[in-house]
Amino acid sequence: MTAREDVAEQATGSGPQVGGVGDYLSLVWSRVKGGETGVLPVVGGLLLVSILFQSLDGHFLTAGNLVNLLVQAAVFALLAMAEVFVLLLGEIDLSVGFVAGIGAVVLAWLSQPQVGWPWWAAIGAALLATAAIGLLQGTLITRIGLPSFVVTLAGLLFWQGVMLFVLGNGGSIQIQDPVLTGISSGTLSRLWGWVVMLVAVAGFAAVTWRRDARRRDSGLVAPPAALTGAKVGATLLAGIGLVLLVNADRGVLAPVFGLPWVVLVVVGVLVVWAYLLGRRRFGLYVYAVGGNAEAARRAGVNLARIRTAGFVLSALTAGIGGIVYASRLRSISTSLDGGTLVLYAVAGAVIGGTSLFGGRGKALHGVLGGVVIAAIDNGMGLLGFSAAAKYVVTAVVLLVAVTIDAVARRRRPA
Amino acid sequence: MADGASAPPLLSLRGVSKSFGPVHALTDVDLDVPAGAVTALAGDNGAGKSTLIKCIAGIHPPDSGEVLWEGQPARIHEPSDAAALGIQTVYQDLALCDNLDIVQNMFLGRERLRRGQLDDVSMEQAAAETLTELAVTTVRSVRQQVASLSGGQRQSVAIAKAVLWESKLVVMDEPTAALGVAQTRMVLDLVRTLADRGHAVLLISHNMVDVFDVADRVAVLRHGRMVGVRPIDQIDQRIVVDLMTTGTSDREPDVGSSGPRGARRTRDTDEGVQR
Repeated sequence: MTAREDVAEQATGSGPQVGGVGDYLSLVWSRVKGGETGVLPVVGGLLLVSILFQSLDGHFLTAGNLVNLLVQAAVFALLAMAEVFVLLLGEIDLSVGFVAGIGAVVLAWLSQPQVGWPWWAAIGAALLATAAIGLLQGTLITRIGLPSFVVTLAGLLFWQGVMLFVLGNGGSIQIQDPVLTGISSGTLSRLWGWVVMLVAVAGFAAVTWRRDARRRDSGLVAPPAALTGAKVGATLLAGIGLVLLVNADRGVLAPVFGLPWVVLVVVGVLVVWAYLLGRRRFGLYVYAVGGNAEAARRAGVNLARIRTAGFVLSALTAGIGGIVYASRLRSISTSLDGGTLVLYAVAGAVIGGTSLFGGRGKALHGVLGGVVIAAIDNGMGLLGFSAAAKYVVTAVVLLVAVTIDAVARRRRPA
Repeated sequence: MADGASAPPLLSLRGVSKSFGPVHALTDVDLDVPAGAVTALAGDNGAGKSTLIKCIAGIHPPDSGEVLWEGQPARIHEPSDAAALGIQTVYQDLALCDNLDIVQNMFLGRERLRRGQLDDVSMEQAAAETLTELAVTTVRSVRQQVASLSGGQRQSVAIAKAVLWESKLVVMDEPTAALGVAQTRMVLDLVRTLADRGHAVLLISHNMVDVFDVADRVAVLRHGRMVGVRPIDQIDQRIVVDLMTTGTSDREPDVGSSGPRGARRTRDTDEGVQR
């Protein structure tokens, strides 16, 4: 048989014929085997960590601890999402920890009674300040062509210095505004928890259903209706589980219940960034630049603009993380360890499944990686381990995550 | 078909010269590239092949000489000028993003939007349609990442991308250089399909077998000068080598060496009947 006949023969079978649920799942599975593992490793890791801690200390999977875990994970998740943006571009941002600190300082300083800005204005100013920092660093990197590692390393030192200068040696600023402290400690009422969850799931269902139905109508490879329904059903079940969990009374002295606002903040940021990266042209260009900058340039993509925007969005997300951080501590002080925070942010993004080499990753990876890091911290804390042991275990998990990524990549035929 | 006097050739170069400092890369080059035909550009290393296609692609505008597009004088000073005329170049490195899928690569830089969002459905349909028209049917799914494709499939995607951009002239730089036998076959068939659909194709190749397999006309460059442009039935491999090395050839074309091409044509016809 000649090569030509071989090609002609393959031509008769026109692509994969997708009929039932089983066929579609096997197509998905073949992609996983081909190296497109997505979030599977990190979700598996999270389950493993949960089972391990629960078996060692029955307190891990209680409502009170899980809600506490979600609140602890918020800052890690937000900073890891910030890091995902620059990692996708094939760059790195070492400054996100102290950029978050600057956001927190601006927020705390402006909302003091003697300055007296309303909470929303203080939040706006904090986000504006961090975005401006991102613009400055991004411009240095893209227009002058400095390496992002060096510019953001300088940023790490510089913004730490600015923070110390503003706060004074060992100083701190208290946050008294009830709305600002409520971001981390406040909760929705039980009823509102249900309403918000149902609205969110309904929105997700509508979007998913419409997209899949349009693909089916156009004769493209699409999940069968049954699978779309199952996806929506599973999301609804997860939502019900979450609301039942947070609505359970977890108080010790007084009743405490309800969905923490900060969970909504993280989910909201996740949805917006996932939409931007997944559905908009800008997001596609971020992936293209990270995958092959020269190809993107020849296709007419403005590299400098996309890269600068990536650093701005990263710093902005870090600013949101800083606001959540300050809200949780009800103050900002020089004890903020931006160096460790940024390393946790990079680790979170990578544990979640984002590649350090650019072009592969999602906002969701940052959130999941942040939750894994918080879970290790939380679970080992319950077991009474020291900070030393936590660092060691986090390091091992990070190495395992990178190994999984490397092995999966080797299976991808290049 | 190429030498018909009725319509001007799609692209004509008249007296094109290009120097880089003291180096005369191209001197007084004339070349016609007609639609619906594959024009092969042969020449030894450093003969000016790459410079010539960069002049056509707008990367190095010529210093002097005239470029005629469909008989009208044209200015190609930027890659975007070339794209606007309908000239697409497939470089050796292919310029594909490994982390994007086939559809995203084919539409990179000219995405279709629907209410501000990427219109994946319409783009996927158009990409699948183009690949089917070009008989590129070995890919499992157009949503596959380019990283998972074979060399020939990647080359096919790069060519299909050029076709999708409503190109009239597709310039290819060594499309088969890194490919195995079956993959080369696939790409050469694609080149032939392109010409049969009415595109002009300008093909750079070192491989004489490929050139005589697929080309309708052969142009030979030597030291930056065009030393011969002949229809495929008036040239053979030994003449091309003579032209490449000495600039002239007294040989009579040997019918035997253009035989494979004739045989291939027959095979095509047979297949057409079978379908």
